[in-house]
Amino acid sequence: MHVIVVGLSHKTAPVEIREKLAVPESRLGEALGRLCSYQGVKEGILLSTCNRVEVYSVVEEVESGYGRIQEFLADTHLSLSSEQLTPHLYCHTGDRAVGHLFRVAASLDSMIIGESQILGQLKDAFEVALAHKTTGVIMNKVVKKAISVAKRVRTETKISEMAVSVSYAAVELAKKIFSNLSEKTVLLVGAGEMAKLAARHLIAQGVQHVRITTRTPQHAIELADRFGGTPVLFEQFKDEMAAADIVLVSTGAAHYLIGAEDVQRAVDKRGNRPMFLIDISVPRNIDPAVRHVDNAFLFDIDDLKLRVQQNRAERLQEAEKADRMVGEEVLATMEWMKSLEVTPTIVALRNRVDEIKQAEVEKVLGRLSHLSQQDREVVEGLASSIVNKLIHRTMVTLKSEVNSSNGPAFVEAARRFFHLDKPSINNQSEQEHVDRPQYVSAGHETSEQEEPESAVRKQAR
Amino acid sequence: MAAVSFMITMVLYFAGTVSFLVYVLRRSEALAKVSLGITAVGFLFHTLALVARMLSASSSVPPSFYEALSFFSWVMILVFLIVEFRHRIPVLGSFMVPLALISLVSAAALPETVPTLGPVFKTLWVHVTLSMLGTVGFTVAFVAGLMYLIQDRLLKSKRFNVLYSKLPALDFLDHLNLQSIVLGFPLLTLGIVTGAISAEFARGSYLNWNPEQTWALVTWMFYFIVLLGRLTVGWRAKRAAYLTVVGFACVILTLVGVVLKDHGALS
Repeated sequence: MHVIVVGLSHKTAPVEIREKLAVPESRLGEALGRLCSYQGVKEGILLSTCNRVEVYSVVEEVESGYGRIQEFLADTHLSLSSEQLTPHLYCHTGDRAVGHLFRVAASLDSMIIGESQILGQLKDAFEVALAHKTTGVIMNKVVKKAISVAKRVRTETKISEMAVSVSYAAVELAKKIFSNLSEKTVLLVGAGEMAKLAARHLIAQGVQHVRITTRTPQHAIELADRFGGTPVLFEQFKDEMAAADIVLVSTGAAHYLIGAEDVQRAVDKRGNRPMFLIDISVPRNIDPAVRHVDNAFLFDIDDLKLRVQQNRAERLQEAEKADRMVGEEVLATMEWMKSLEVTPTIVALRNRVDEIKQAEVEKVLGRLSHLSQQDREVVEGLASSIVNKLIHRTMVTLKSEVNSSNGPAFVEAARRFFHLDKPSINNQSEQEHVDRPQYVSAGHETSEQEEPESAVRKQAR
Repeated sequence: MAAVSFMITMVLYFAGTVSFLVYVLRRSEALAKVSLGITAVGFLFHTLALVARMLSASSSVPPSFYEALSFFSWVMILVFLIVEFRHRIPVLGSFMVPLALISLVSAAALPETVPTLGPVFKTLWVHVTLSMLGTVGFTVAFVAGLMYLIQDRLLKSKRFNVLYSKLPALDFLDHLNLQSIVLGFPLLTLGIVTGAISAEFARGSYLNWNPEQTWALVTWMFYFIVLLGRLTVGWRAKRAAYLTVVGFACVILTLVGVVLKDHGALS
């Protein structure tokens, strides 16, 4: 029983391949059903977004599992031959696969690190898989864990807090000047794309009054319609400036449209209420001397870019923190997976009963010191045969259920009945309450023979 | 009981100060909660100390300067906790808690035997309480002004550092500044009036131009002008911040005047 992932993402495949491979939502169910009909594929979940297409699966054997899933991907997308596809695919198993899923969920593998969409997409993919019953004990546990890891990363690091786009950086700065944007007025001068985007962000943050001016009055009227604002004549916008808390400038003019004295006049008229000016135009449209005007805060495109850069760097730093968290969680999950394996369980069971037997025999023989060597052996033999008979059925059942769907459930039961997760019998009674989480049912188990879970089998070039 | 609680309070405020100062420099939100917790527990002990002292002192004994300062720092923490509870700006604690600690330490540094703030009069309690409340208002205004000037400087010079990310928006600080002065000013006015009345009873004159009275009047005039300027000619934002920081010097000088007068009265 192995967890594997086969897929491609923005890191390994160009958009031409990704768009072909993407599975539309309407076909997800059918695809999942087909995936699990492959020999040796026990559980599966399909994550398909514009930046990645990945199949997470529980398979009996790693190598054949990789093969089956590649086959599945090629079959799902007839327009792609497997020769075209294979070079872009990555395949991971074991802790690498689980770690990959955790990183994806926590948005550490995203194009924009820390974006929040991916978690929702993973949840949706999981819902679909649940609805089509293509997941079992292992996948359910691993995906749920991935979702909780993502939430932990979000709350314990600042990975998704900081603005990483120029237009959003403007909003972030505005919030350091005005605590409540909803009563503020924005004056949009010119119709540069970035300025429009920033205006849109500001409106999304609650700004209600938008005034718009462009050189051609018709254009201003159109834009005003679109933003729900009021058009202002270009010749008069300087008089309107005093009424604006935020001035967004982005025109094609090759000279300064707004001088320091214009801003000074506006600030005076405002009774020194602070004013926030953003100049996104290149060449600049606001005289940089405005910096010396008290209570006017001017930022140009470079300032905004600097802010974005800092935030990106900070996100990367936070990502390192998040990576450590993912590492811890992967370790815990792998520990749990290991407990579901049959062989170690049988060995542990054997050791546990031998331990008990040995302790009891010694206790009894200590009191019966008059016994001859022969009698001692008889006593020991008695103990051994009772113990062996007691656990015989358990052993046989465990071995025979290895490949049945109830395998993990039996393993789990045996571990609990015989306290196999407790360190030693001596302090058993004190540890009665140490409980392991309960795993529901249905799952599959591989052969007893353990296959070493090598890290990366194949890595896309 | 009072002495023990007082010691515990001091230790906790000290821990709170350190914790809040580290918080300003680090990107750790958890630290804000820790600092806040320490301060809140300290505040409880402080309350206990004040109550114990009030119960043990007979009503005829007038307040000592020591008690006044202790009360002053208690109100400061109270105001901080209320503002923090309403607006969630823990960085305020990095400014307020140290100030409260300083005031408490200076209270402890004064010999406890400094008996009174002046002659025995029932009105004196009222005078001290009102003046202290007014002073707390100006202290908050000072802190808001200081934070405003720092944030203004950081924004102007485009230094987006840790402090920048922790300080609240400029207009919030300006508003906090205005509110504290609007609350502090009438309280100080009443404090001065009641002080003058008790002085009349004690010495037979409303005003004898000792340092305390002089500085109190200067402070009053100063904040009066600041308020007036704000309401009429737009002395807000950066100018208001500057003025309140300067005005706080008058407040401190008034307090110094009080100490001097007390010691003078003793000798």
